[in-house]
Amino acid sequence: MNAIGWPNWRRLNQEGIVFAIAILLFAAAALSLPGFLTADNLVAIVRSVSVLGILALGMAVVIIGRGIDLSAVAIMAMSVAWYLQLLNTGTSDGLAFAYVLAGVLAIGLLNGFLVAYADVPAIFVTLASGSFVFGYVRSQLITQDAVPVPQGHWVELLGGVRFLDIPVEVFVFAGLAFLVFLFLRYTKWGRFIYFAGDNPVAARNIGIPVRPMLVLRYALSAVVALIAGLLTAASLHSINTRVVNSTLLYDIVLVAVIGGIGLSGGRGGVRNVLVGAALIGILLNAMTIIDIPLLYQNLIKAAILLGAIIVDGIINPRDEQTAQQGDI
Amino acid sequence: MTFRERLQAWRYNLVPDHLVGEILTKRWTDNAIPFLALVATLGVFGSIIPGFFKLTSLQESTRQLGEFSLVVIGMTVVMLGGGIDLSVGSIFALSCFSAVYVFFILEQSIWLALAAALATGLIFGAINGYLVGYLRLRAFLTTLVTFIFGRALFDILVSTYAADVQLSQASSDVLDFIGDGTFWGLSISVWLAVILAIVTHIALTRSRPGWHVLAVGGSRRSAHNAGIRVRRTVFMTYVFSGFCSSIGGFLIACRLSGAGPGTGLNLEIMALTAAVVGGVSLGGGRGSVVKGLMGAIIVLTMTNGLIRLGYGTGTNQMVLGILLAVAVTIDIRWLKNRHKVLNEVYVAPVYLKMGETQSAALGSGTPYELDNRLSAADHIGLGELEGPEDVILDRDDHLYCGTRHGEIVRFFAPDYVKSEVFAHIGGFPLGLAFDKQGNLISCVGAMGLYSVSPEREVKRLSAETSRSWTSIVDDARLRDPNDCDIAPDGRIYFTDSTKRYDAHDWALDSIENRATGRLLVYDPKDGSTKTLLDGYRYTNGVCMAHDGKSLFFAESWACRVHRYWLEGPKAGTAECVIRDMPGYPDNINRASDGNYWMAWLGMRTPSFDLSLRHPDMRKRMTRRLPQDEWLFPNINTGGVVKFNEKGGIVETLGDLSGSAHPMVTSMREHKGYLFVGGILNNRIGRYKISGADPNWTSPASYWGARP
Repeated sequence: MNAIGWPNWRRLNQEGIVFAIAILLFAAAALSLPGFLTADNLVAIVRSVSVLGILALGMAVVIIGRGIDLSAVAIMAMSVAWYLQLLNTGTSDGLAFAYVLAGVLAIGLLNGFLVAYADVPAIFVTLASGSFVFGYVRSQLITQDAVPVPQGHWVELLGGVRFLDIPVEVFVFAGLAFLVFLFLRYTKWGRFIYFAGDNPVAARNIGIPVRPMLVLRYALSAVVALIAGLLTAASLHSINTRVVNSTLLYDIVLVAVIGGIGLSGGRGGVRNVLVGAALIGILLNAMTIIDIPLLYQNLIKAAILLGAIIVDGIINPRDEQTAQQGDI
Repeated sequence: MTFRERLQAWRYNLVPDHLVGEILTKRWTDNAIPFLALVATLGVFGSIIPGFFKLTSLQESTRQLGEFSLVVIGMTVVMLGGGIDLSVGSIFALSCFSAVYVFFILEQSIWLALAAALATGLIFGAINGYLVGYLRLRAFLTTLVTFIFGRALFDILVSTYAADVQLSQASSDVLDFIGDGTFWGLSISVWLAVILAIVTHIALTRSRPGWHVLAVGGSRRSAHNAGIRVRRTVFMTYVFSGFCSSIGGFLIACRLSGAGPGTGLNLEIMALTAAVVGGVSLGGGRGSVVKGLMGAIIVLTMTNGLIRLGYGTGTNQMVLGILLAVAVTIDIRWLKNRHKVLNEVYVAPVYLKMGETQSAALGSGTPYELDNRLSAADHIGLGELEGPEDVILDRDDHLYCGTRHGEIVRFFAPDYVKSEVFAHIGGFPLGLAFDKQGNLISCVGAMGLYSVSPEREVKRLSAETSRSWTSIVDDARLRDPNDCDIAPDGRIYFTDSTKRYDAHDWALDSIENRATGRLLVYDPKDGSTKTLLDGYRYTNGVCMAHDGKSLFFAESWACRVHRYWLEGPKAGTAECVIRDMPGYPDNINRASDGNYWMAWLGMRTPSFDLSLRHPDMRKRMTRRLPQDEWLFPNINTGGVVKFNEKGGIVETLGDLSGSAHPMVTSMREHKGYLFVGGILNNRIGRYKISGADPNWTSPASYWGARP
């Protein structure tokens, strides 16, 4: 029906718009900001969004399955802080890592269990578990806000690894993105996540193990958070637990939502995360170059996130007749 | 009786199992868990923190509690409307800053500062409300974002103006009083919280906007379809929340005379935890201001207590996280499973050993011997009627009966072919009687005692009796009014079969077999209803004796008929006149020969009699088997029994074919015919009684010849 070649506006979805904005912003920044379009700065942009992007990958998988994981940042920071604390107090590396991995999996499984089997909304479960994880580790397991990486430990060495002058976290982000892409696109369970996110009841009725898969997603998200935390510690040589109270968590949701992963589930993929991460990375970098104070950056990010959610609400509107009761 | 059986009798007749179910039906059980948590929290922290209950300590902590409670009230209202407001902390902080800015930097009056704080809160709330209510965004994420936005704004403002505030010379007695003073021993913030709580409570429970909030929260879709302006209602809840938070912010501005980076920090998760711990349901519709306040006290006591006990950074978050997770889980599970639990425990059978009975089998030679005479009855309204429980005829020979559609149908004499709906009452009209003025009195199942005038005017006579002190279930309400009859002085005697089940659940009542049936009297002179007798197993038919000095009433599940004396030496007492019948008695009416007709709604079976001696088995049965497989009274065979004034059985009529009148719930003699009704039947039968007085009518028997 589009014979005369008008652009098909209907096909212009959020991902496309955001991608266009990201390119425009990139072009504008390249033209107007000195030092933006240099190899070092471009690497810095990619590096700055790597950890955010990794966390957003985990979040994306959860959101596609119609959930959300607000405990991701708490798990990321606190698991690594505990790991480093264990190392600093002389626990052997293998044992310490086993403890931390077990703890992370336990929280992920608990999240998933409460969401899947106790039918508690994911938002509350993960809000509560995030608060608990932070409070428990901070008050019981570690002694100060920031925990340094022990001298000569592999985490420290990891931070120094470069390949073609590109830091290792970029490769980890790329690798993980590819893995998640393969998982979502080509594995049975990856496809099932879309079904479960689109219509959980129907998915369950056709025999998909919806509830065990939910548990799996939260466990996956927790493990991804641990990886992101290790990378953070690697590049900073310490982990600061105050990051839990920062806006990092909302940045993650921002990356996922702004890239076009609908919060109502069943839509989106790795490409959306990449687009969202690109936009946020360029934005943050540009703001830093212009020298906007951090507080104002938060304000701007919040405004953008609000805009993204409003657009999401308009593109995926909720209907009075079909909206789920108690779906908040 | 074996020892095992005696033990069972004791176990099931003395242990009041039924109270558990009755307590669970109460809405206030929702409050019990948070209340116990509140008592436990106060007890624990009161005992381990020295001086916790000292006046000065309480004044300081209640000041904070007042501010916090205000925020929680706002959160509660939003949650009742089905939303959530995570931006309360930001609104609180921004309002606090507005007040501080106007008072300390602009050096305006304290009232202007209050106005600024309120305006900030209302505007912020309106933004939330617009986004969530009108744009229908997801409440949680939207208010999360506005929370970050507000927080970022506040941080910028505080870092910009903090020094100016420090240097300001402004002071005010009013501000100091609001911040530090007390009024009748309580701080201003507590007074404000109490006043707002009372106003909000009244608004929620007794005003239209409040009901709209609860309706939208309870079922958004139904509220929308019922014409409630859902979006505006949701919008208003957020505005209200902003208003509450802004008052809290103003109070803290007065108390601290400034605003700092810590103002309102973590307030949203605390308020959310408080509301949920108090028992305000996520997703809306369930909860109250009182619950929110209980939660507020619990949460604040815990967090403050932990600080005073010297636990380090993070402990509060840990405890809040645990509290929130546990409370949300309990809330969700409780809501989901409450009715299941109720179904599980409500039926609490008792032990009863029925007496030996005489046989009713054909050819047994007993007076109860059921024959096949009723199968010869003509039918009236075959296929048109559903559930004529009782039938009655007026002085003009017209025939009336109730139907399960809540109507009273009239069939016209003489052939009873044409019919009309005489009156629509609703419920299920059961027992019928004509009073002296020709009003048709009816016991309407699930509704009460009603009167229909000859002009078809329906009037409610009674729907409740006095509440007894010891009953947990509300026994003032008439749950299953069954049959009525009228004394010569005009008082209406009627039965209410059970206090524990609705009329349609009569089978469950028979399985439980608990004696909760009552005989009541309605006095038309003053409109009062009194309970005369209580504690019978399903009181059913009532019939005034021919002399009007006593009445007969049937006790269905015990297969007995009692006589209750209105006059004479035994006035006010009941005696059993017929016991251990082979059938379950229903309505009783007068016969022309000075005897009485009694309907049998079903026949006793050895198996059900045996099950009555095994309450544990019946309990398991109702829990584990589908309803179709339950053992309950056999209602495939019934009959009509004639008995005399002394309780002797004269004769018994039956329908062994099982096709015309298997179950009989009522019969009425009129001019030599017997009109037969059945609650599950599709017709009224007309049976010619041999040898009956062809001129005798029931209205004439009660009220004399036509005046």
